[in-house]
Amino acid sequence: MSTLRSITLATLLKDIRLEWRSKDALNAMLFFSLLVVVIFSFSFDPNAEESRAIAGGLIWVAFLFASIVALNQTWAREMRNQVLDAYRVSPAPANSLFLAKALGNFILVSVLECVMAPLFIVFYNLRSLGPAWQLIVTAGLATWALVVNGTFFAAMSLRTRSREIMLPLLLFPISIPAVQSMVEATRIILTGEGSARFWIVLLLTYDVVFTTACLALFETVLQAE
Amino acid sequence: MKRLFPILSVITALLLAFALYEALVVAPTERTMGDVQRIFYYHVPSAWTAFLLFFTNLIASIAYLIGKNPKADALAVASAEVGVVFCAVVLVTGPIWARPVWGIWWTWDIRLTTTLVLWLIYVSYLMLRRFSDTAQTPKLAAVLAIFGALDVPLVYFSIWFFRTQHPQPVIGGGGSIDPRMLHVLLINWLAFSCFAILVCWSRFRLENLRHEVEETQALESLIGVANSSAQTKMPLRRGPA
Amino acid sequence: MNSVKYLYAAYIATWLIHAFYLGSMLRRYARLKQQLKELARK
Repeated sequence: MSTLRSITLATLLKDIRLEWRSKDALNAMLFFSLLVVVIFSFSFDPNAEESRAIAGGLIWVAFLFASIVALNQTWAREMRNQVLDAYRVSPAPANSLFLAKALGNFILVSVLECVMAPLFIVFYNLRSLGPAWQLIVTAGLATWALVVNGTFFAAMSLRTRSREIMLPLLLFPISIPAVQSMVEATRIILTGEGSARFWIVLLLTYDVVFTTACLALFETVLQAE
Repeated sequence: MKRLFPILSVITALLLAFALYEALVVAPTERTMGDVQRIFYYHVPSAWTAFLLFFTNLIASIAYLIGKNPKADALAVASAEVGVVFCAVVLVTGPIWARPVWGIWWTWDIRLTTTLVLWLIYVSYLMLRRFSDTAQTPKLAAVLAIFGALDVPLVYFSIWFFRTQHPQPVIGGGGSIDPRMLHVLLINWLAFSCFAILVCWSRFRLENLRHEVEETQALESLIGVANSSAQTKMPLRRGPA
Repeated sequence: MNSVKYLYAAYIATWLIHAFYLGSMLRRYARLKQQLKELARK
């Protein structure tokens, strides 16, 4: 178990270090996120009462598109340098590579969300009528739901034609219950009507089920590339 | 076995014709909805058949992952494609039914929405198979099928709860059903199941034929290489290529 | 009754979808048979 943890940590730190040094992808993604928020604000411009009801949907659709951009470059560096072949012949468990990538993506998408959320609050004059801490929990679970499957499907798309479009084609259908949960939970918390508990529990269930599935099947996918 | 296919075809054609007659003529007219309700006899059996086909795909996919048998993969592809076709029928007949009855084309009816998501998942499955051309495609597709299967209960629950918050019309009629209608429904289901088996079987044979052509082509190019090497008097590489 | 049109539309749509799929299978089958014939000739 400690080998899993140490390899995961090492791979994760390597990725963060590499990303921090170049900052190319990060800057591009940050700007993309900003653009998405602005365009959405131009397209959907409701007054204060309506904005709380639809903001949940808008925010998560925006995050979804921004995260696709982040997820698409997950394995790009590995592809360029034949790292996957090295990993396949090494005794390191495939899971540690997957976990490291997923955690890295989680951090990256969370950074994007921290940039986009304040902008949404500003443009839509949002104020939460329900418990705001639940928004943080929802965001965490929702981001992991998108990232865990996104990292997995990005690996599956590596040897396909039109690799970049393949990822959303595979990810979006499977993510439908998660997206519905995150949108509904956000809507309920923002408007303060009722309890978002069911949706948060459903998100948690989704996360547990698919994290297990990804960890169980990543070895198969890695060998298949 | 060779005789079975034509015999089954004839039986299926007769069954389908009989089932159509039952649906349009014999079945009693529904009280509130009128004759439009007869769409039910095509809509519901198609849904059940589609779900059965997708379940077959799941079993075939798992069997392939365990045993690596190419026949299992051929069955997986066949059942996925035919399942998507039947699913499309459900998604088209549902709104056509909803429009005159409820005045709306779409509603987040739990069965219709689950069918939509299943259709999307399996279309993405077929896209993966089309866009991925390696020898490992069957394995990746099988993994995706498992993910899809894990997703379905979650989809069902999320829509179920959503509907308790936002009440929506129910397509397909809830509650108890007149026994005469049930009789016609089951006949149509039997007919469509036989039809599905036939189409799936055809697709399975098509897949086997495709494999045969691929192998022959591969063999062809190998012989071509061997011939040209012999002509230029270059030594052939021994051992695995 | 006007809504009977919808009934016929649904039934026809069903068989159109099935016909479309069967047709595409026939086309693929013909193409594969053609390829097999060409390979056998070589």
